[in-house]
Parts: sequence; C-alpha cells; structure tokens
Amino acid sequence: MNRDEILDKVREVLVDALAVDDDEVTPTATLRGDLGAESIDMLDITFKLEQEFDFKVAEGEMIPQNALQDPEFVQKGAITDKGIAELKTRMPHFDFDKLGSQPTVETLMNAFTVDTLVNFVERKLAAAA
Amino acid sequence: MRWLWIDRVISIEPGERLVAVKSVSLAEEHLHDHFAADDHGDALPVMPGSLVVEGIAQSAGILVGHAEGFRDNVILAKLNKVSLERDATPGCTIRYTATITQRSPMGASATVTAEILDHGDADRGYVPLGEADLVFSHLPNSSDEIPEHNFVFGEQFRTLLRTSGVTWDQPA
Repeated sequence: MNRDEILDKVREVLVDALAVDDDEVTPTATLRGDLGAESIDMLDITFKLEQEFDFKVAEGEMIPQNALQDPEFVQKGAITDKGIAELKTRMPHFDFDKLGSQPTVETLMNAFTVDTLVNFVERKLAAAA
Repeated sequence: MRWLWIDRVISIEPGERLVAVKSVSLAEEHLHDHFAADDHGDALPVMPGSLVVEGIAQSAGILVGHAEGFRDNVILAKLNKVSLERDATPGCTIRYTATITQRSPMGASATVTAEILDHGDADRGYVPLGEADLVFSHLPNSSDEIPEHNFVFGEQFRTLLRTSGVTWDQPA
C-alpha cells in the first residue's frame, strides 16, 4: 500500500470518527486544531485504524501518555531535553522539527497532524510486512 | 451504573456479543411525562429516545466490563452514529444486541442494534428500533481521582447479572 492509499484510508477513518468533511482532511491538518479531535477521539481513531489496516496498536504506541505524565520528561507542561530524547525514540512517526525551541505537551498535541497518522500507519505496515 | 434500563441479559458470549431485553411499562413514571403529541392523532406516552440509548449503552457496557472481569470501571466515552427509527411504547419489549468490534487495555468499541416487539402485534416479531456505535474507555480502579470501588458496576447491577445467570471471573 503506498502513501496516497494510506492517506485515503486515514481520511475515511477521520471523516467517520470526527464527522468532518473529507476535503478538510489534508496531510497538514492538525487533529486537534483543524479537525476538532478531543482526547477521547484518539481512542476511537486508534480502534478504527486497527480495523481498517488490520493491525493492533499497543497502549502508548501512538502517543506515549505515560511518558507525558512522567516528571522526568515533563515539568510544568514543558518537555525536558530528556523527554524529547525519550519521545523521539517512542514517536518515530512524529516530526519533532515542528515543536520549536520550547516544546510543551500542548505544542506536541497541537502539532499532531494527519501526516503524523499516515507516518504511523506506514511504519506499522512496514514492520508487519 | 445507578439506574438500569435493561431488565435481563438473555445471553452472553464473553468478549463478543450480548443480548438483553427491556419491557416498556406504563408503570414507569417517565412515560407519563413524555408524550409524542402532534396534529395527526392522540398523543401516546413513549419511552424517551435518550433512555433507549442508555439501554444501548448499558448493554454494550456490560459486555465490555464482563470481558475484563469487571476489574476496571467502563466509561461511555463516545456515541457515534445513533439512529432511532420508531417509538418505544408501553407493552413492548426492546431487545438489544451488542457486539464488540475492537477491544484493548485502553477501552473498547461496540455496535448495538435495538429491536422492538409490539405484544399487540406479536406475529410481526421484532422489528428494527435503532442502532448505535459506541466507544468505551477503561478507567482503572486504582486511579487517585476516583473512588476505589467500582462505581459503574454497583450492587443493583450485580443483582441484574445474578438474576440473569451471568457469571464472571472474580478477583481473588
């Protein structure tokens, strides 16, 4: 499955889960800001991706919530250097260049785009192949 | 679960499927406050659609909780695509069939179809009443912000399961 085909299926998932129009689901659209996703929608999206692509997503695999609540990695909302190193290991699907010089949990969540999801699916499918 | 909108669990295939029924009774107070009044005929008491949806959620919630031995609280997180196509009136029986579509340590998604049997027209059998897709989130009982006891599946709920003959693996 190539990247465009993955995007088409991810778009279907997001239209279904978030009740948005398909033309809103562009690669650069952010899930929270542009598509209105709330935290619980991420669970719904995860289930729908599992169904659509026939893989299983482990807890924290897409967004490592336990790391984001660990005081070693996040202090007063700001992600520490150690936190960034940890997240880079655990979120290879995420583009950390978008976080800027003072990364926070908030900016991380706000920078989670449709493209991030496509990256995630692409890596999962490649790992399963 | 502080109020019950199903009367009995008829069957359960753990982690897969659950069938439950509810009899709609004129003795229920809410029916006397909820009339479908229009210009085309006499108004009749009907069960509010929101309570039909509550029955849908309880049927699926029990199935999801049962799959984990009721260790965690199961919270209804999201209702997707709810549709109701007719009224539920006194003297009818609603049958809910819940099916888990996805399940993980984080939660579960399920679909529920609701059908209704009008005992005044019993030969017709069950006809579609509505359907819904739902997402549940697991909330561990150890959470600091939540009372340790299982506040979703309380005593009233356990009585329902007992009278329905449903068993599950209890923590040691």
